[in-house]
Amino acid sequence: MKYLEAIGKYFIMVWEVFKKPTKWRIMKTLILKEVDELVYGAMGIIVFISFFIGGVVTIQTALNLNNPLLPKSLIGFATRQSVILEFAPTFTSIIMAGKVGSYITSSIGTMRVTEQIDALEVMGVNSLNYLVFPKIIAMFMYPFAVAISMFVGVLGGWIAAVFGGYAPSGDFIQGLQMDFDSYHITYAFIKSVVFAFVIATVPSYHGYYMTGGALEVGKASTTSFVWTSVVIIIINYILTQLLLG
Amino acid sequence: MIEVDNIHKSFGDHHVLKGISTVFEKGKTNLIIGQSGSGKTVFLKCLLGLFEPDEGNICYNGQLYSELSIKQRRNLRQEMGMVFQGSALFDSMTVEGNVMFPLDMFTNQSKSEKQDRVDFVLKRVNLIDAHKKYPAEISGGMQKRVAIARAIVMNPKYLFCDEPNSGLDPKTAILIDNLIHEITQEYDITTIINTHDMNSVMEIGEKIIFLKNGFKEWEGTNKEIFKTENTAVTDFVYSSELFKKVRQMYIEERN
Repeated sequence: MKYLEAIGKYFIMVWEVFKKPTKWRIMKTLILKEVDELVYGAMGIIVFISFFIGGVVTIQTALNLNNPLLPKSLIGFATRQSVILEFAPTFTSIIMAGKVGSYITSSIGTMRVTEQIDALEVMGVNSLNYLVFPKIIAMFMYPFAVAISMFVGVLGGWIAAVFGGYAPSGDFIQGLQMDFDSYHITYAFIKSVVFAFVIATVPSYHGYYMTGGALEVGKASTTSFVWTSVVIIIINYILTQLLLG
Repeated sequence: MIEVDNIHKSFGDHHVLKGISTVFEKGKTNLIIGQSGSGKTVFLKCLLGLFEPDEGNICYNGQLYSELSIKQRRNLRQEMGMVFQGSALFDSMTVEGNVMFPLDMFTNQSKSEKQDRVDFVLKRVNLIDAHKKYPAEISGGMQKRVAIARAIVMNPKYLFCDEPNSGLDPKTAILIDNLIHEITQEYDITTIINTHDMNSVMEIGEKIIFLKNGFKEWEGTNKEIFKTENTAVTDFVYSSELFKKVRQMYIEERN
């Protein structure tokens, strides 16, 4: 019952976000600030993790393909499929739930604790629109981060394969091009747009409706990470079934 | 002027406000006092429109709140200024940015007009060199002044203050009290202050409402509070030895 109430409250919050918009002149600045904080600010960790995970996927695949009848190009194929279909859109989103999600919850939660949200409401500002809407719009830049993650992941795999001696460059690249279906990219971008919305709104919900003090802000950040991850995993399953099943 | 007629407010089974009626006059500093849990904050939030009373009416200059449309309520909010207990300044903005915020949100003034207005109100609250500082870089007293400046920048008709003196040293507290009182008279605002501070009660309480267990127990002025025989009020206001002596001296002086 408690969870149903929370889900209902979440959807009411999302509805409220789109009501009574803030002046575009102000909103534009807020969106650019959020793009910088949420997407550009997370690029470092996304690139770092993508590079090494791409390398690890390649090494693991190579070590498990020890049958001499299997072509080395399969290493490139497996790396491409893993990175594009799951790693870049889903795994990166879980990382973003930790990095960006906890930032969103703690910043909005602190505003709640220090009555800054009440101050907005008293002034007649739609605080949900002012605080959450720019985050949602900024997170629509997230698919670009996912695209970079795909490229860097494959690059990491190629470097690991070639310089680790697991596959020659030509075979790896041949594997990358083998049976390529561009719909898989579309599938990955559809997922990343949905995950972007989840990463912007679920942590905002946890921050906006939190009660208590500084300790509760920390607790809300942790809870927000757990729930954002759970929602991403469930939606990932549903979307995979709908789009690829 | 704000007229409150028999308002009730409950949260679940907890009946917080039990039929409060009063009138807050224009150009006067009105104080709400009472023990913690007496319903002061809920009452203030009802007056601010953040809580809707379960029963009863609140009238703002003759406009019945319950009969206002959403748009009219929004416009009414813009006629209200609020000074929060912890100042509630936006951390990410400078002092100037905080004060300019309502102007940015609700007016179409040019940048220079807004800047002139911000400079004027900051000067009015005696803050001249703090424009570019962030809230974390200024003292508690200065933060309160910025909060007052932000509250009055839109020329409000109503000013609400929730314990504006909490966390301040006695000297700064008196300065803040006097500033609010002066601004109230200067701009003819209806000011309502929720306070625990007995100095404020004695100094600026042109009208005082004492709440107890959700009821209005007593109402009067800072002169009348010396004479009252209501034990609930005297037990609360004169709880310290110092105030007991002050009251005694006042009574002896009058006799």
